[in-house]
Amino acid sequence: MIEFKELVMPIVSMGGLGIAFGGLLAFASQKFEVKNDPRADEINAVLPAANCGGCGYPGCMNYAIAVVDGEEVNKCTVGGPKVAEQVAAIMGVDAVDAGDRKVARVHCNGGVNAVDEYDYQGILSCRAMNLVSGGPKACKNGCLGCGDCQDVCQFGAIKLENGVAEIIAENCTGCQACVKACPKQIITMIPAGQNTVVDCMNNEIGAHVKRNCTVACIACRRCEKACRFDAIHVINNVAVIDYSKCTDCMECWEVCPTGCITANHELKVVAEVIEENCIGCTICAKNCPTECISGELKQVHKVDQTECIGCRICYEKCPKDAIALIPKASPEKLKETA
Amino acid sequence: MENAGLFTIIVSAILVNNFVLSRFLGICPFLGMSKKVETAAGMGMAVIFVITMAGIITWFANKYLLVPFQMEYMQIVMYILIIAALVQFVEVVLKKILPTLYSALGIFLPLITTNCAVLGVALLNDQYNFGLLKTIVHSAAVAVGFTLAIVLFASIREKLEANDIPKAFQGFPIALIIASLLSFAFLGFTGMV
Repeated sequence: MIEFKELVMPIVSMGGLGIAFGGLLAFASQKFEVKNDPRADEINAVLPAANCGGCGYPGCMNYAIAVVDGEEVNKCTVGGPKVAEQVAAIMGVDAVDAGDRKVARVHCNGGVNAVDEYDYQGILSCRAMNLVSGGPKACKNGCLGCGDCQDVCQFGAIKLENGVAEIIAENCTGCQACVKACPKQIITMIPAGQNTVVDCMNNEIGAHVKRNCTVACIACRRCEKACRFDAIHVINNVAVIDYSKCTDCMECWEVCPTGCITANHELKVVAEVIEENCIGCTICAKNCPTECISGELKQVHKVDQTECIGCRICYEKCPKDAIALIPKASPEKLKETA
Repeated sequence: MENAGLFTIIVSAILVNNFVLSRFLGICPFLGMSKKVETAAGMGMAVIFVITMAGIITWFANKYLLVPFQMEYMQIVMYILIIAALVQFVEVVLKKILPTLYSALGIFLPLITTNCAVLGVALLNDQYNFGLLKTIVHSAAVAVGFTLAIVLFASIREKLEANDIPKAFQGFPIALIIASLLSFAFLGFTGMV
């Protein structure tokens, strides 16, 4: 028979201690209250509350506190310029341009084009797959297609198509959660407007590369030779584009024999001179890499559109805004592999 | 241990039975807070305070609540409640009085709550049947031992930063090897008490 005291005492003593400590803490939190800067709360309210860590702080509140302490107002990649403006308004400073927006990119077109080495039966996650001799794909640097990146993406910016993950650039906020989640480390950040991208990270060389995947980079260096801007190089047996030098002229895309370079050819442009603006300064002709712009000094210039590669250099250099970029109407050369 | 002198208790707690390096308690903050000597020392101070206070309060709780009402079986539950409340209190006070230390300790201050070293001291005090004075001395000495270990470890890790370590060992692997070597070193004190 349990005595009444034995039953009640633990409840009373534990409950009593709980109440006593609760009171003590309530008293302490008032007595030792630290007033947060009210601006931090305001900033926290306008931040997207994604707590994604894209800004480099563990959470939105930590970033808000850092802003009050003098951190830049434009670090929130999720909110973008809109939130930067609101934060700047709270802080009473001008929003600085957040710089070029960057989006994630899965550098693999493998999927159904890549050969499987074995039949994987197990947990359907890229991480688990990667532990079994680097996954079932014969190419060891390709997308496994299980969507670990899709699972961590809070913004619905990743879709799985033909066995590879693909970033929907419009939805991507640049939080880099997928970059960290990918066990193959084939997701990188690229400038948002970038059209020409090498979608391969395979650093092996030899005949088996092509056997393993029909759209793999075979390190033939044709793109390197075709590039007039020193923007694409074969580094460690895979072509890598230096986005700061790339002009999106797509010449590498045109020469690539395997189709590992992706580009939307509908975005190919050619230059055209707006005659009423042109003062004949010859700056465009001097800068043109293909020398397709002709014209005497102080005469209206002309662009040979069959030679123009659409590098946009003349467009950027022209002091009078006399160059227009028009879509290249009919691409004479459509690739069979594309 | 019950009849040991204060000096023996101190030497035993700091060196011979060092909580981190001989009893392997409180490893989490030991590894997590030992990147810089400064934060390690700060952590040590917080632990000294919390462990000493926890030792005293749990001693009273044991003597005037648990034993008289024959509910020693509630010991662990009650000690955890006391330690958790105490750490929370320390956190609130620190935030007001020493904001720099508060931000330096960061997540590890709340983690003292679940630090086995704190609970370990409270349980050991009871096991050794210490009186109040010996409880205070033992608790404080254990915490000083913890501080000694973490500061030693942090100063070695600071030196490591400048060294050329093979890639496979960089970061935690080399830290764990250093920890085990330190533990070996403290093994040398065995048998002193």
